[in-house]
Amino acid sequence: MKRRNFLGLIALASAIPGAALARPVVRIGLTPVFLDDQTFLNRWQAYLEERLGGRVEFIQRSSYREITELVLNGRLDFAWLCGYPYVRYQDYMDLLLVPIYQGEPLYRSYLIVAAEDARTRTFADLEGRLFAFSDPLSNSGWLVPQAQLLSGGHDPEHFFARTFFAGAHRNVVEAVAVGLADGGSVDGYVYEALARLHPELTRRTRIIWRSETYGFPPVVARRGADPELRERFRDALQGMQDSEQGRALLEQFYLDGFEAPEAELYTGIERLMRRVERA
Amino acid sequence: MHLRDLSYRVKTPLSVVLVILLTALILSSVLLVRAYQDSRADLISNALDLGTVLSRTLRPAMTRDEVWQAYETIMSPLERDAGWQYAVEQGGEPAIPVEGKPEREIYVLDTRNRVYVASRPREYPMLQPLARRGPEHAELVRRIETLEDRRPLVVDDVWSGRYVMVVPILAEDSAPLGTLVLSYSSSLLVPRFLNAVEQVILATLLVLIVLLPLGWYWGKRLTEPLAHLSDCMRKVGSEVPSDLQCDLYEGRDEIGQVSMRFRRMLEELREKQDLERSMIASERLAAVGRLTAGIAHEINNPLGGMLNAISTYRRHGGERDPVADRTVSLLERGLVQIKGTVGALLVEARLESHALTPDDLRDIRTLIQPDIQRKGLELVWDSTLDAAVPLPSSQVRQVLLNLLLNAIQASEEGGRVVCWLRCDEAFFRAAVSNSGSFIDREQMAHLFEPFAPSRHDGHGLGLWVTYQLIQQLDGRIEVKSNTVATVFEVTLPLHQGEQS
Repeated sequence: MKRRNFLGLIALASAIPGAALARPVVRIGLTPVFLDDQTFLNRWQAYLEERLGGRVEFIQRSSYREITELVLNGRLDFAWLCGYPYVRYQDYMDLLLVPIYQGEPLYRSYLIVAAEDARTRTFADLEGRLFAFSDPLSNSGWLVPQAQLLSGGHDPEHFFARTFFAGAHRNVVEAVAVGLADGGSVDGYVYEALARLHPELTRRTRIIWRSETYGFPPVVARRGADPELRERFRDALQGMQDSEQGRALLEQFYLDGFEAPEAELYTGIERLMRRVERA
Repeated sequence: MHLRDLSYRVKTPLSVVLVILLTALILSSVLLVRAYQDSRADLISNALDLGTVLSRTLRPAMTRDEVWQAYETIMSPLERDAGWQYAVEQGGEPAIPVEGKPEREIYVLDTRNRVYVASRPREYPMLQPLARRGPEHAELVRRIETLEDRRPLVVDDVWSGRYVMVVPILAEDSAPLGTLVLSYSSSLLVPRFLNAVEQVILATLLVLIVLLPLGWYWGKRLTEPLAHLSDCMRKVGSEVPSDLQCDLYEGRDEIGQVSMRFRRMLEELREKQDLERSMIASERLAAVGRLTAGIAHEINNPLGGMLNAISTYRRHGGERDPVADRTVSLLERGLVQIKGTVGALLVEARLESHALTPDDLRDIRTLIQPDIQRKGLELVWDSTLDAAVPLPSSQVRQVLLNLLLNAIQASEEGGRVVCWLRCDEAFFRAAVSNSGSFIDREQMAHLFEPFAPSRHDGHGLGLWVTYQLIQQLDGRIEVKSNTVATVFEVTLPLHQGEQS
């Protein structure tokens, strides 16, 4: 309830004229996925600045919540969010684009354990052990395993001996690899990307379960953002797959491009949310 | 070979070198022990500093129960790269996830002393009570529990070869949140210690390179006089002391004193040898004297009879056969010659002679003058006698005359003859010296003997007679001869005259 009140206040604040001043700088929020490569971000920034004809600033925060709330309180123009916070706050932000990953705007959640842990085969085997989630606002890193536990008839609060949030999917993989946690749930897309960038890290883990597909983390715009800027930003992202430079950048992401999302893309996450949050 | 057989020339420098080496060894050891202690103290103090910083950094993570944050915090000092290196060292492939090395373990305990997070999560799983890991860990937990003040604690006696630093993690209000444990293996000291060892060895070698030759040289220098002395002493016995030439060390230290003693000893040896030689010579001369005197007496008695018979035959007889006369004359001449020779051998004291006067001495000078002039010699006459000396004049005159004539004979042309005469209350002393060829040792041994074989001129009775005369006067004669001059010294006691 507290959060709702707070969000209500934010909604009020953004409704006040002049609160959302047309800024000369386009601010884009990024959730901590595997994008810790500043050189890559600089190149992407330069690409976007050229396309948008103005300055672009990437905003990175350690948790999903901070980025989400910066969108909610209008401090960010655009953000690349997880599907779960988008679904949760879809009344306060606009869905702009969804990335295409392996030909579809979809991804999965992976359940991983340490590579040498041969006896753990299912979720049930992790009972009473240590488990790492990525972020409380992550679909693949929290919502999916929570829902999975519920559907298996377990109480997520008491199923594990100890759980913790590692903050980023990459950290979950590392926590499982070094043995800090016995199991962890990660974004399948990030895991696959890591498997290519740092095979020595993922090799020390083993995937024991893959979830069904969910809508890929979308790019959202704050409610009330300049429609013209929004158009130009959409064009810039969608145009990436048409230019050589843009394709090179997309390749770095292991993405095929961006597309306009279909309406029911995030119904799967909505369903999960309803089940987990009701619990 | 025994150590005591070794020359001091080697032993002393060797000892100096050994002392230097020993000193270097002791100093190096002390330095190394010190270096080890310093490294250890550094390790502990660095760990405590790190622990203090880490415990502050861990405070928010512990308060908010952020495991990953706490893990990243304790891993931050363990360097991501170290994990890579470690994996490679262990034969594995480099890995991004970093577990700490066993050498340097960091773990955080919660307030119930269960593992909250550890640098080696597999070894120290979360939530495991630390005390259950083994007796050492149980002991550590016991100490943590009894930790009263909330200050860091160093535990180095629970594990051998491990230093454990315990730092409490406290909230703002000093309420305990947990405990940070840094467990370092003492093998972490090894690289630093090896570095120190390398430096110490290098420095020691440098010092040794400078000191060893210096020590060797110094030791040799110290021993040089001793070795010289020893060489010199070794010659005693094989060489005649009088010929021994030793350049001995001067000084007041022990070697100097020994050298001085040795020199004195050599002199005494020389004197003793001289004395022995002169004693042997005089004994031999006395024996020869007794023998000749005996023979002379035995010859003289029948000789006197025979000569009396001849004179009686001459006085009586009237008409004589001329052949018999010639024969008797021949016999008489032969007998007279025998008497002359025997008389010369048998030196008899003529007690009737008067006391020696300066006039006697002048006579001697006058008598030798022609010989001096013939050889063109320089005569130095140094006499202080101005009164009569109570000594039988004829014997003294003969002695001096013999010596002077010998000196003239031995001198080369244009040489110099010195006659030195003194008299005091007890002794009359005379010294006759000449320049020229000196008397070698072989000659010296038989100098005063009659018919000495080395003699190549004269009948060889001059010095024999001189010696006999001096003996009769209870006097002494000594000869010194070297390349510069030959000196005959005569000492005659004056009581002889008084007795007579």
